[in-house]
Amino acid sequence: MARVLVGVKRVIDYAVKIRVKPDKSGVVTEGVKHSMNPFDEIAVEEAVRMKEKKLAAEVIAVSCGPTQAQETLRTALAMGVDKAIHVEVTGKDLDTLQPIHVSKILAKLAQDEKADLVIVGKQAIDDDCNQTAQMTAALLDWPQGTFASKIEKGDGILTIVREIDGGLETVKVKTPAVLSADLRLNEPRYATLPNIMKAKKKPLKKLTPKDLGVEIKAHQEVVSVEDPPVRQAGSIVPDVDTLAAKLKEGGFA
Amino acid sequence: MQRIYSSSLQKINQISQKCWKSTSTRVELTQVRYPKLKRGNYSVISDKHISTFEKIIPGRVLTSATDDLESFNTDWLRTARGNSSVVLKPKSTEEVSEILKFCNQERLAVCPQGGNTGLVAGSVPVFDEVILNLSLMRKIESIDTASGVIVCEAGCILEELDNVLREKDLMMPLDLGAKGSCQIGGNVSTNAGGLRLLRYGSMHANTLGLIAVKADGTVVDALNCLKKDNTGYALHHLFVGSEGTLGVVTKVAIQCPRVPQAVSLMFLGLSDFASVMETTQRAKGFLGEILSSCELMDLECADAVVQNMKLKLPLERMPFYMLLETSGSNAAHDEEKLNAFLEAVMNQGLVMDGTVITEPSRLKAVWHLRECIAEALLRDGYVYKYDVTLPAQKFYDLVPFFNDKLKEAGALRCCAFGHLGDGNVHFNVTSTEFSYKLLGLIEPSIYEWTSKHRGSISAEHGIGLKKRDFLKFSKTAEAIEMMRDIKQVMDPNGILNPYKVLPAI
Repeated sequence: MARVLVGVKRVIDYAVKIRVKPDKSGVVTEGVKHSMNPFDEIAVEEAVRMKEKKLAAEVIAVSCGPTQAQETLRTALAMGVDKAIHVEVTGKDLDTLQPIHVSKILAKLAQDEKADLVIVGKQAIDDDCNQTAQMTAALLDWPQGTFASKIEKGDGILTIVREIDGGLETVKVKTPAVLSADLRLNEPRYATLPNIMKAKKKPLKKLTPKDLGVEIKAHQEVVSVEDPPVRQAGSIVPDVDTLAAKLKEGGFA
Repeated sequence: MQRIYSSSLQKINQISQKCWKSTSTRVELTQVRYPKLKRGNYSVISDKHISTFEKIIPGRVLTSATDDLESFNTDWLRTARGNSSVVLKPKSTEEVSEILKFCNQERLAVCPQGGNTGLVAGSVPVFDEVILNLSLMRKIESIDTASGVIVCEAGCILEELDNVLREKDLMMPLDLGAKGSCQIGGNVSTNAGGLRLLRYGSMHANTLGLIAVKADGTVVDALNCLKKDNTGYALHHLFVGSEGTLGVVTKVAIQCPRVPQAVSLMFLGLSDFASVMETTQRAKGFLGEILSSCELMDLECADAVVQNMKLKLPLERMPFYMLLETSGSNAAHDEEKLNAFLEAVMNQGLVMDGTVITEPSRLKAVWHLRECIAEALLRDGYVYKYDVTLPAQKFYDLVPFFNDKLKEAGALRCCAFGHLGDGNVHFNVTSTEFSYKLLGLIEPSIYEWTSKHRGSISAEHGIGLKKRDFLKFSKTAEAIEMMRDIKQVMDPNGILNPYKVLPAI
């Protein structure tokens, strides 16, 4: 049976209104509500379902970030994950943390924990990078099934249906493999009370990137972060003829 | 129990697929459905009237000759449709004043209208009353962050006000399912209740002052922004809750609370009503000062939401669900209180299962499950909607009292949900189409039952047209007489929202 490693990221909750810092160095995160990246929730749900179907023996959740990342890991534990690993990254290191570093960390942990499967969300809703799964697979030299909307386990083989621009693509990958979860893979469960209580007793290990031999070296510099342009107000036209004329003017008709 | 539920589920599923279509057909005219109603001695709209209106509010007079007035004439619940041929859309208090002065002189009946989300047919005409729609009065005049007072025009939409306030760390003191469409003038005029009355109080408490226009066009400036002002009679309270029958509210001053730092929502599943009551008591004990909402929904409501709105519940199917929300200034403190409460109710077997939510995205999603019940039930076809306040132990008793009788007579669902913390239950019955038979089995029986148990026949929905004949079940004859006296003083010609609130003489 497989051992599954799931990567989860703590991001600003998608219902929160994002504010850019006055110095344009980034967005305001202080005192702002965070939650688990929605695609990572889907990844956790898939891993837990595998365990429930007895396709996986153990599910381990990993998160790289500050102390609060432990809250995110507790949520994963409450969803049914067996144990959690918090790779502590704070301060300046947190500002420079990029998917390349996270993939190195995940790759090392996959080897240390003898994982057969690494599942992450397809992308984080804060940076929209969509790189971690792909880079982790490359570092491990494992096959990848990204944008997975369906996963079927066979004998040493996984059949993945991928959501791509043109439609759906079905690929077969040999395990061990790295997968990334897309929106339609499943609908994550709500963590219910008995499980929330149990989660408090599940093991949560703390490590640093150094423990894993990974250096958080800055590869890029954020020059500025700005608000998108304000949406221009529309205009109300008196009748259909004016509307048709305006559309023609704008080259839309 | 399980068998009954699954067979009626099947039946409901089959029928609701077919009857969603029936909600898009025209609603029967109120004057046809309620033939006993007699049109008052008002003038009939003429071209001369229309041209005067055009002079007062040029370009904002809608007539049935050139415009589709169906949505203005029909209530949200699709149970009432008036026959008005004119909709007026003023932009200022002065315009409202001129319009009413003229209507009073000409003895033209007027139906004031905001978001038209009322549930007792109070915001639509019965016959051909002129519809005075305040949707264009949407200015926010001021927000005082120090005192938390907002002054704005009556046509401002509740949710929009809340969004603007949140930028300043304030929020509206009320929250209801209709927030995306309802207007503050209507909320004030109906003394709207909602999900957070438990914590922030009623519109009477939060409306510091207002400007209203009397039937004869006189502008009553009772716009006060001060928390404390005992200078004579509190005139604004006359208009709060009078449902547009004593004056048209055009501007309001509302006391707004600060946005809480920490909000948590618990969605709990329980097996019987005794557990619900016990859990409510525990909640008040463990969570007291941080409790901001205490709501209930039963399994039939949950099934309607799942089937008709295609949503998913956080828990499995259970007889009762409670939503408990806490709002506090310190997340860590609140978490401690919540954990103590949950441990207690789980260990004592009061709660079968539940989930705790703190993420804003999830909070919206789970609240939506409760807030969309009205719409979910509406999609069955026709809803018989009741809103009563009852003593705590009797909160759910209406369902067992009516269920078998009504299901035999063809009802699809017979369910209850509501503001558990306030003792305010929304008892609802659905059928595929309107049925006089079902109506007759429910009314006046439900009002007699409520009166017998010393409850209120209308907790927050108001009286409107639908409940005027039952006012006597909650108010004495003397009280109703005094209401008539006040109405006579404020509106001698009876032009403001006739046929509403007070019983027919």
